[in-house]
Amino acid sequence: MRSSVIIFPGSNCDRDMDVALKKFGFKNQMVWHNDQSIPKSDLIVLPGGFSYGDYLRCGSIASKSKIIKSVIDFANSGGLVLGICNGFQILTETGLLNGILQQNKFLNFICSNVYVKVKDKQNKYFKDLKKDLLELHIAHNEGNYFCSDDELKSLEDNSQIAVTYCGVDGTENEATNPNGAIKNIAGIFNKNKNVLGMMPHPERMIDKYLSGEDGSLFFKNILDNFK
Amino acid sequence: MEVTEAVAIEHGLKKEEFSKICELLKRIPNLTELAIFSAMWNEHCSYKSSRKHLKKMHTKGKEVIQGPGENAGVIDIGDDDAIVFKIESHNHPSFIEPYQGAATGVGGIMRDVFTMGARPIANLNSIHFGSPQHKKTRNLLRGVVKGIGGYGNCIGVPTIAGQTTFDESYNGNILVNAMTLGLVNKNKIFYSKAAGLDKPVIYVGSKTGRDGIHGASMASATFDDKIEEKKPTVQVGDPFTEKLLLEACLELMADNSIIAIQDMGAAGLTSSSVEMASKGNLGIELNLSEVPCREEKMTPYEIMLSESQERMLIVLEKGKEEHAKKIFDKWNLDFAVIGKTTNSKKIELIFDSKKVAEIPIDLLAENAPIYDRPWKKTKLPQKLKFDKDEFKSLKLSDCLKKILSNSNISDKKWIWDQYDHTVMGDTIQKPGGDAGVVRVHGTNKAVAASVDSSALYCFSHPLTGGKQIVCESYRNLISVGAKPIAITNCLNFGNPEKEKNMGEFVECVEGISEASKYLDFPVVSGNVSFYNETKDKGIKPTPTIGGVGLIPDYQQMLTMDFKTEGNLVYVIGKTDGHLDQSIFARELLNEKKGPPPTVNLFNEKNIGETVLELSRKNLIMSCHDVSLGGILTAVSKMCIKGKKGIKINTLKGLTNKYEYFFGEDQARYIIEIPKDSLKKVNDILNKYSVHFDELGTVNGQSIEYKDDINLPIEELADAHKYWLKKYMDS
Repeated sequence: MRSSVIIFPGSNCDRDMDVALKKFGFKNQMVWHNDQSIPKSDLIVLPGGFSYGDYLRCGSIASKSKIIKSVIDFANSGGLVLGICNGFQILTETGLLNGILQQNKFLNFICSNVYVKVKDKQNKYFKDLKKDLLELHIAHNEGNYFCSDDELKSLEDNSQIAVTYCGVDGTENEATNPNGAIKNIAGIFNKNKNVLGMMPHPERMIDKYLSGEDGSLFFKNILDNFK
Repeated sequence: MEVTEAVAIEHGLKKEEFSKICELLKRIPNLTELAIFSAMWNEHCSYKSSRKHLKKMHTKGKEVIQGPGENAGVIDIGDDDAIVFKIESHNHPSFIEPYQGAATGVGGIMRDVFTMGARPIANLNSIHFGSPQHKKTRNLLRGVVKGIGGYGNCIGVPTIAGQTTFDESYNGNILVNAMTLGLVNKNKIFYSKAAGLDKPVIYVGSKTGRDGIHGASMASATFDDKIEEKKPTVQVGDPFTEKLLLEACLELMADNSIIAIQDMGAAGLTSSSVEMASKGNLGIELNLSEVPCREEKMTPYEIMLSESQERMLIVLEKGKEEHAKKIFDKWNLDFAVIGKTTNSKKIELIFDSKKVAEIPIDLLAENAPIYDRPWKKTKLPQKLKFDKDEFKSLKLSDCLKKILSNSNISDKKWIWDQYDHTVMGDTIQKPGGDAGVVRVHGTNKAVAASVDSSALYCFSHPLTGGKQIVCESYRNLISVGAKPIAITNCLNFGNPEKEKNMGEFVECVEGISEASKYLDFPVVSGNVSFYNETKDKGIKPTPTIGGVGLIPDYQQMLTMDFKTEGNLVYVIGKTDGHLDQSIFARELLNEKKGPPPTVNLFNEKNIGETVLELSRKNLIMSCHDVSLGGILTAVSKMCIKGKKGIKINTLKGLTNKYEYFFGEDQARYIIEIPKDSLKKVNDILNKYSVHFDELGTVNGQSIEYKDDINLPIEELADAHKYWLKKYMDS
């Protein structure tokens, strides 16, 4: 499976994503934001970081960068686009995903392990995933997902909510919501479910010496579904 | 403006220093030249009060590639890999403007490291605040933590460990010390020594603005009521630009275009150009009209003194200008040829086609003043005679809970949750352990790092205190299974013009030096911060040690959490029950006098090496050093982290339980041993004649000691974990 990771000035999880993708067998290449086109890919990843310093608003300048048109075209033609953390913020700024990511409820950056519940498996990311709960890792200042009532209803009606923050036992409530996101939302799909944006970083959870290993399941599952 | 003695004094120079400048120059300097002298001759850049004593530091060792004197120290960790590291203070600016002060402290130290060609792989920090009751403390802490996080998180370098303390002596002078480790191929290290004539001098990075002018002089003076007015001397950080600068510099460093490179830190363009020329024994000519400026009509004076951040000065090979410019253009950074190296041995500045300054380099560097300041020795305080009958009214379990929730012992998760500690995907020991550990990317090796200081011990007896912190750093590294290799130090002291403060400095340095020599734990970089004093009140002497160690196989890393029910727990090293200067004495007896615990370097080394051997042979499952708060505090942390209890054995003979459990004797560790390793462990301990006590067995969900203690781990954890969060929310 061929993947491309886009590097924006200020991206800082690009290498981590490259390492993770290659570890599980993706043929990955790095693509510079100023390039006109993306090499032939089955998956495009927008990595975490602080693209363009996140000045103005997180992800907003990146959403106007040269390469983005190719990403949008690729997504509209049904290609898999995955945005992690800053990548999720960029995807909402491009309009590929609904809603926005506001500053965390407690106004602090949070770096911590979290549990998320997989809400939908009818898609190429989570289909046949053996677990319903994943332990992942967040590190963000603006991960507080918000959208209008209509958008929320539409997300729910179309099963576009991908993952939600929860406790180790699956409880979803205020106590298990690290950043104040509406309905504990940690990640969402577009209507066709080929575009996925999520705040947690699976690439930081890929061996037992790190914070955990559930990120491995996520990547392997994408590969398995591709075969 | 005419330069007079009064103008010189306004620039922070002393009367005698101004006469000396006139004498050396054989004329009165113009204002720009005066500014250059003031920037180079202040304490921060010249080390004029400390240099004489710093020479005594132990700086050699077989792993040392570069000792003090460069942008950072470098050690060899095998297979052509080297670690570049340094710690630096940003105390004065952080008190005036906590967010930007702390942020630019982090930015500055990272630049020191990547200037040498290394990619930063870990950040640490040691931060010290006034009493929690002081009205400024909460806001300063919040600002500093946000500043450190804001900068480090954006760059994408994990913050893996740190230290936070509270003491009223920091009420008017907080301390912010930032440390960075970087990884470099040992054959591709870049230095700041210029070489060759007529080589282009290149300016890269951000534009020069009017921020930070006089920053280095501000950092070389004490504070008074008007410190708020000094806000404009604090620099403003832009981590995004630094990230671009990091990537661009590393890209240019991939080939041989760079002859020398130096970041523009304190005293900006002045200090970087003078240092590069001085080290290369060359002259340098700069055309200031070519310097990219952020603001209009900046004068040579302002350009030379600006401390705008995220800038570098490079001496390039001739003909490589276009190649280099392409890289900086790609990263959207300013690039300008602003001068050349010369054989004049002078710094010559041109502005608007006119020469505006001309100073022989040696007057600024080697001929800068050096002071042998008078200092006073601190006598070892008399050991206290505690009334042990008085202890009996204190319940052990109450004492323990009180100590665990003490501001200096309690958990600092509220802080490190705000630092990205996992980016780069190699953090295998997060903050909260004895040391942070990151893997050397793509290898089996891992590097451990810890920051430590013990102001209370150093205040009581600087010589012992100086030794103790080096030992504490050594122990923290061994506790995670790392072989200690070298240290960097940040020497935070009061006013060196006062004999007592100067004496504290001299004796702490002596202590550090003695211990580092004995332990073969050399000092490879560091920084001195004097004048941490407000309205005549100085801080307690606070030398901070940043230790770095190596774990050859990261699977052998140790953590402190108890692992398995039924395992035995030993205290390694002898406990005499030294209570003077302990948390127990301060918190429960309100007793602040007495000497710090004695440091026995033979024991430190012998016991440390023994514990390291146990870990290399995979005989122990967890390890934690015993420090502040003594055995019971240490063992509680192991229980809380491992979510497991311990049943403590009855103490032998006439041992006083308060002294045993809370004494702060040095050279001790607690280890967890699986039963089937017990014989081998005992054999090794006996072979090296290491004293040990069988403390107890990992058991259940409570700490139990006879009828005295029966505390569920959850209750202990509550006492330990929430003090800081509650304090910050209140």
